[in-house]
Amino acid sequence: MAEKIVVSELIKIFGNHPQHALKMLKDGKNKDEILKETGYTVGVHNVSFTINDGEIFVIMGLSGSGKSTILRCLNRLIEPSAGKIIIDGVNIMDLKDKELRNFRQSKTAMVFQQFALLPHRTVLENTVYGLEVQGISKDQREKKAFQTLDAVGLKGYENQYPSQLSGGMKQRVGLARALTNDADILLMDEAFSALDPLIREEMQDELLTLQEKVRKTIVFITHDLNEALKLGDRIAFLKDGALVQIGTPEEIVKNPANDYIAKFVKGVDKSKILTAEDVMKKPQPHMLLRDGPNVALRIMKQNGISSVYVLDKQKHLKGIITVDAALEARKAGVISLSEIELEQGPIVREDTPVLDTIGIIVESKYPIAVVNEEGKLVGIIVRGSVLSALAPDNSDDVENEQTSLPLSDTDIPTDHSNNQEGV
Amino acid sequence: MYKIPMAEYIDKGVRWMEATFGNGMDAFSEGFGKFIRGFEHILQIIPWWVLILIFAVITFKVKGWKLSLGTILGLLLIYNLQLWSAFLSSLVLVIISAVICILIGIPLGIASGRNNTFHRIISPILDLMQTLPSFVYLIPALLFFGIGKVPAVFATVIFAMPPAIRLTDLGIRQVPVDLMEVGQAFGSTPRQLLWKIQLPVALPTVMSGINQTIMLSLSMVVIASMIGASGLGGGVLEAISQLKIGMGFEYGIAVVILAIILDRITQSIGSSLRTENK
Repeated sequence: MAEKIVVSELIKIFGNHPQHALKMLKDGKNKDEILKETGYTVGVHNVSFTINDGEIFVIMGLSGSGKSTILRCLNRLIEPSAGKIIIDGVNIMDLKDKELRNFRQSKTAMVFQQFALLPHRTVLENTVYGLEVQGISKDQREKKAFQTLDAVGLKGYENQYPSQLSGGMKQRVGLARALTNDADILLMDEAFSALDPLIREEMQDELLTLQEKVRKTIVFITHDLNEALKLGDRIAFLKDGALVQIGTPEEIVKNPANDYIAKFVKGVDKSKILTAEDVMKKPQPHMLLRDGPNVALRIMKQNGISSVYVLDKQKHLKGIITVDAALEARKAGVISLSEIELEQGPIVREDTPVLDTIGIIVESKYPIAVVNEEGKLVGIIVRGSVLSALAPDNSDDVENEQTSLPLSDTDIPTDHSNNQEGV
Repeated sequence: MYKIPMAEYIDKGVRWMEATFGNGMDAFSEGFGKFIRGFEHILQIIPWWVLILIFAVITFKVKGWKLSLGTILGLLLIYNLQLWSAFLSSLVLVIISAVICILIGIPLGIASGRNNTFHRIISPILDLMQTLPSFVYLIPALLFFGIGKVPAVFATVIFAMPPAIRLTDLGIRQVPVDLMEVGQAFGSTPRQLLWKIQLPVALPTVMSGINQTIMLSLSMVVIASMIGASGLGGGVLEAISQLKIGMGFEYGIAVVILAIILDRITQSIGSSLRTENK
């Protein structure tokens, strides 16, 4: 994937003359020492990351962690104190006033936490703002605005004022305003944090649907881990202005870099993050299609079970045979199971969210078979494994959680290159 | 003990200014005086009932029939008390003073709202303008402009301009940070930021500044009558000096009616902007 935004060694110190504080920082003094000696706050400390073209990159942290500051450094609403920000190969720290305005007009669009709609403008007039300042003709900008308003579900509201809209609708306008600009990069500053939980979920879903279509590079700020995990292709975890971990949602949940993140992750609704692959057991026992009912009965007897999965030579799942069916087949003189019709149990793909398997497993008398893309059986899910994976962790350590996930010990990503330890 | 010769210096300064700019001032005063009288003359020509009708329509447009009805009754009373000509002369004075205050005050307010240094410079000057007893600058105004309406406008402008500046400044400063960020994030120029975001968002506050400026102008009318502004204030002054209590009331009530009409009109323009904004 192409690199869209490369941030390296970004530092932001708040105050008028940060040179001295900057030097102290380079000398290895920490935040508190600098605050004590100079009175300056270190907002962002030596943060480096890369955002790929077309991904949703979530910057996650509590208030005061510097996440909004980093976002505002990306379009220089806040002037970084040191570091490089390279967007499409251009170091935006070098841009002069006019170049910076052009850059903001063409490359980035921003969505704000408190919507930030202009109260004296209608929905349509708000939506065209970005194009208006670029000097695009009225017809053209309104045509474009009508399209995006339609896309975010605001058709018919064009002439309303922001005061007439609910919070969710206001943020749709905010989103439409950003999309109308047709910039490559969307900067979303806690865009959904001010919304009711239900509306928030709805907006998250819509953002994901929209993203399928528009394929922007989205930098999304949030303090809500569930939101981060749901939206993020990758998540950067911040604490006190420094980066603690970068990884995919799964990497973060399964393999938190330190106790701080582990504590966060404990409260997460895992059914949305974990997939069938994470909770399945090894698909044993199983038998081959060419074998007969006697083999089936022997395997069942040996393992104390009442049904067994039947595979062909390439391990493609063919069906299930139960004790009753095997007995009947033996009576009928069947030699190979390929001669009879096998029962079919529930099947899911390995990337199915665990949440979706719960309903299936409750309904079904058989375990769920987990298959990969080629239809090969890779595992099975029984009730117990779902429940144990979703059970809240035992108090203090994260190790418990990992042992409760079958296969997780083989599954931990060995590539730690983009996991960065906090300082 | 040594006394700083402040009074002497100021006297000298005023005399110097009179000597240097005196002729220019006289010419200006004459021209401006003509303009004021011309404006007044036009209003005098228009039949009284047409003017009442115009006021009724304006008040109906901005507020509603109740204010409109009140305006008609109030103005009819003024006409009946035979104060119509004095009323018009005061109205002209207020309108001209207020327009000057707005034309000078709002740009200054914008500058002060956008520039902290300018804000720090202008603040004490505004304090001075508002608290200095008006007689202190009425007298030099007399020296420069002679007696009549011109020094009255001058004194009124000094007294009434500060709210226009202050509230414009306040309105600009109160524009929420995230709205400013919207402007910047979408790449607006400073000029676009001012015209498309700061001024429209600040407009309701600016309007209440204008409202206060008009009210202060009106309250200056009585004082200004002492230097020959005539109008309703002249009547009040005459009544006071001759102990004509009833006459004082008649003129006083006419001032109140004018004040209420102007206040309601500007206030409802301001509040209609506000409701649109929220």
